[in-house]
Amino acid sequence: MDSVIRSRTPMARVWRLLLHATLLLAALWYLLPLAVMVLTSIKPLEEIGAGSLLALPENPTLAPWLKAWGSACTGMRCEGMSGYFWNSFAIVIPAVVIATLIGALNGYALTKWRFKGAELLFGMMLFGCFIPFQVILLPMAQTLGWLGLSSSRAGLIFVHVVFGIAFTTLFFRNFYVSIPDELVSAAKLDGAGFFRIFWRILLPVSKPIIVVSVIWQFTQIWNDFLFGVAFSGYGAQPVTVALNNLVNTSTGVKEYNVDMAAAMIAALPTLVVYVLAGKYFVRGLTAGSVKG
Amino acid sequence: MSALEIDNVCKDFGTTRVLEEVSLAIDSGEFLILVGPSGCGKSTLMNAIAGLEPVTSGRILVGGEDITWRTPAERDIAMVFQSYALYPSMSVRGNIAFGLEMRKVPKAEREAAVERVADLLQISHLLERKPAQLSGGQRQRVAMGRALAREPQIYLFDEPLSNLDAKLRVEMRTEIKKLHQRLGTTIVYVTHDQIEAMTLADSIAVMREGRILQLGTPDEVYNNPVDKYVAGFMGSPSMNFIDATLQGQAGDYRLHVITDGEEELVLPWPAERETPALAEHVGGTLTLGVRPEHFAEEDARLGDRAEGTLLSARVSVVEPTGADILLQLPLGDGEVTARVGPDCRVRPGERLDLRVDMRRGVLFAADSDTRLA
Amino acid sequence: MKPVSTPGDATHTRPSMAGHLQAWLPKLVLAPSVVITLCFIYGFMLWTFVLSLTSSRMLPSYDFIGFAQYARLMNNERWWVAATNLGVFGGLFVGLCLVLGAGLAILLDQRIRRENVLRTLYLYPMALSFIVTGVVWKWLLNPGLGIQAMVRGWGFESFDFDWLVDPDMAVYTLVIAAVWQASGFVMALFLAGLRSIDDSILKAAQLDGASLPRVYWRVVMPCLRPVVFSAVMILSHIAIKSFDLVVALTGGGPGYSSDLPATFMYAHAFSRSQVGLGSASAILMLGGVLAILVPYLYSELRSRRHG
Repeated sequence: MDSVIRSRTPMARVWRLLLHATLLLAALWYLLPLAVMVLTSIKPLEEIGAGSLLALPENPTLAPWLKAWGSACTGMRCEGMSGYFWNSFAIVIPAVVIATLIGALNGYALTKWRFKGAELLFGMMLFGCFIPFQVILLPMAQTLGWLGLSSSRAGLIFVHVVFGIAFTTLFFRNFYVSIPDELVSAAKLDGAGFFRIFWRILLPVSKPIIVVSVIWQFTQIWNDFLFGVAFSGYGAQPVTVALNNLVNTSTGVKEYNVDMAAAMIAALPTLVVYVLAGKYFVRGLTAGSVKG
Repeated sequence: MSALEIDNVCKDFGTTRVLEEVSLAIDSGEFLILVGPSGCGKSTLMNAIAGLEPVTSGRILVGGEDITWRTPAERDIAMVFQSYALYPSMSVRGNIAFGLEMRKVPKAEREAAVERVADLLQISHLLERKPAQLSGGQRQRVAMGRALAREPQIYLFDEPLSNLDAKLRVEMRTEIKKLHQRLGTTIVYVTHDQIEAMTLADSIAVMREGRILQLGTPDEVYNNPVDKYVAGFMGSPSMNFIDATLQGQAGDYRLHVITDGEEELVLPWPAERETPALAEHVGGTLTLGVRPEHFAEEDARLGDRAEGTLLSARVSVVEPTGADILLQLPLGDGEVTARVGPDCRVRPGERLDLRVDMRRGVLFAADSDTRLA
Repeated sequence: MKPVSTPGDATHTRPSMAGHLQAWLPKLVLAPSVVITLCFIYGFMLWTFVLSLTSSRMLPSYDFIGFAQYARLMNNERWWVAATNLGVFGGLFVGLCLVLGAGLAILLDQRIRRENVLRTLYLYPMALSFIVTGVVWKWLLNPGLGIQAMVRGWGFESFDFDWLVDPDMAVYTLVIAAVWQASGFVMALFLAGLRSIDDSILKAAQLDGASLPRVYWRVVMPCLRPVVFSAVMILSHIAIKSFDLVVALTGGGPGYSSDLPATFMYAHAFSRSQVGLGSASAILMLGGVLAILVPYLYSELRSRRHG
């Protein structure tokens, strides 16, 4: 609605004020939980029982963060979130790289080397984006056991790749469809083959979609809980599972400040990604806005 | 031995046949233009020559070698695309050298080829730029440079000028003609612009619905079209078609133009243009084809020396183009376009005496559109 | 400087080796993904269906008992609680997200100076894990220390907000947290939709003398039908799959009052040694998703083909 003259009557001013007030109120409602999370995580435990949710800490402390990171109990062990935090990275990074690479190749093959049945194959793979994962949990658990991958990082990486390629393929296919076929024809005439065309012609122009795909996969896998809780043993648990365990481990007094610090630790990587690359994040959400 | 030979090529997409037994051959250094309306199969034929589309049947030979089943990379063919298809991530230099690099030409030779081509096309100052930083005309030059660098046996041009503005298009057309004369390359060139076809080609293939209707020099195709379709497709403004009844006998054929009845127009058919086929059509309806430039304003000074048949008509529209004037006049049951000199002072609604040069006219069968005379 | 042309014999009439390879490479590259999809999605769905026809308890066994597990499910009170909860949760979640998302998008579309900042604030919850969301809201909704305590601390002693521990209300806490997380995303979808509408349509409507609300109602909203459609699809899909949020926020409780099918399935298949029953519930969830999905995919693929 650009370039339309705005009416300047007093009535219009009141409306304008109301509009801004509503938007600000909405912003507060979205911010409240984050604010409370941060405030609680730097309060000593005594202040939490005494003061209000939104009260500023009188004696701010980093102790809850340190405890959440290094010594809080997650189930049987009391080594904090750190190990799981790195676990998550060890799972997310290979899974993202592999799924993105496969997705890029798939998208390229589906759009630039069309063959009979390619659309059908794509539709079939697209379906993988939509199924409720409960329907594959039991067979997957058993199969991972047979493959010797149960309760291991490798197993989780495998699962995330399997269910990630549907998405990455979707991203890359939709991107490559918009790249003119003549570019590939020209390269074929110039003497380049399948992989050479991909590597030299397509990949260098794919940066935006690679970013979208990486960010999307990163947040999805980092935030995953279902696969993490179903397929990982103690050694391989991701940070979300550890957070849930930490919150539900009751040993004496409930330390809400440690809970909040742990939640912040689990949330920080994706929040950072969101702040740094929000534009791409939105694009990923709207492009592949199908996964829960 | 032909540089390129297409032998009975057919191509089906599913159940639709887009190329129907296409055959042609061109010599080394020849400039062949494929023209036709969109969907006539000219681009498919181009892709078949390039190896981008496999043919359903038939053979394609380059320099006598059967290349029908070779991949595009294995054929020694370069192509200039309508969209230019420059590799966006590479500099102009990279674009031009890419084909040589893929063919494992040593770096020094590649560099030399880039310099030579850049010189030829006057794009030396653009070599380090990316395609996105070039204007339309510059991109077009780079696209040609990419093809020229490889010195292939055959060049394919797929409507290379259609994305340029009118002025640039004319300039580039001249430039392509110069390049061809200078380098003597073998070129197959697709266009739907019949002026491009007339100006550039050594030979023109007019295509329609997957077939080649006529293959000949520009002069043959323009002045001696095989049927009404070719006659109407080539030339702008296009040829006038007038329905007429054939009367008389050999040596004295006359065309009676069917009018609304007011006045009948009789056009004698010149004896030197008679064909035996006409005898069967006496009393029947034919279509007379006359190009706009074969009308001329009656010039009283010529007197008896004036050639052509005199006729008179009321001018309905006057369209000056600068170089000459186009007139719309009712004739028979339709309107015809006449091209007269720029000095003609006639105004809409006035009557004008014109002479029509019947020796340049052509006759088609009204039912089958085939050429009779 | 003659370019190197491939040698190769002049008489061959069939595709060369390289030609063969080129024709097969794309398929070869796709093959692993296709095999994986076939095995790990379609194969496993079938496998789960087979399990749902058996009497499997702790471990899968292949002793077929027909549709008895489905019959048990139909007689299982907890399943009906979960299914009803899904109806309540899904309906409210989708509805509220749409209203909030569309409303905020329209308001944000009024040339707001700090639009970027506001948009970022509305959308950031979508970057969080449902587990984090659950943990935070569990804290906020904690009657003793959360919002209830805060408001009472302001002097409103009779203020009650203890839904988290109220079996009748627990499911609504899920709605609050889920709407908080996903409504910003719906806002982003609508905003993208609004921005894609041809500006001249709006100008024409204004020149025709339509007031702003009328322009939105009569001109803009009909253009956003596809956005509403896909938002509904995505949100209902999130609702059906909701598992982590329940685990982190209510744990399905109090009792099993806030169970959803996803937690029901997990509890029976993994904790309660009811693999057969769990599988049956998973298959019913799949049925639910398919009922939403098939029309969506159909329209998506059809519009692709035309586009």
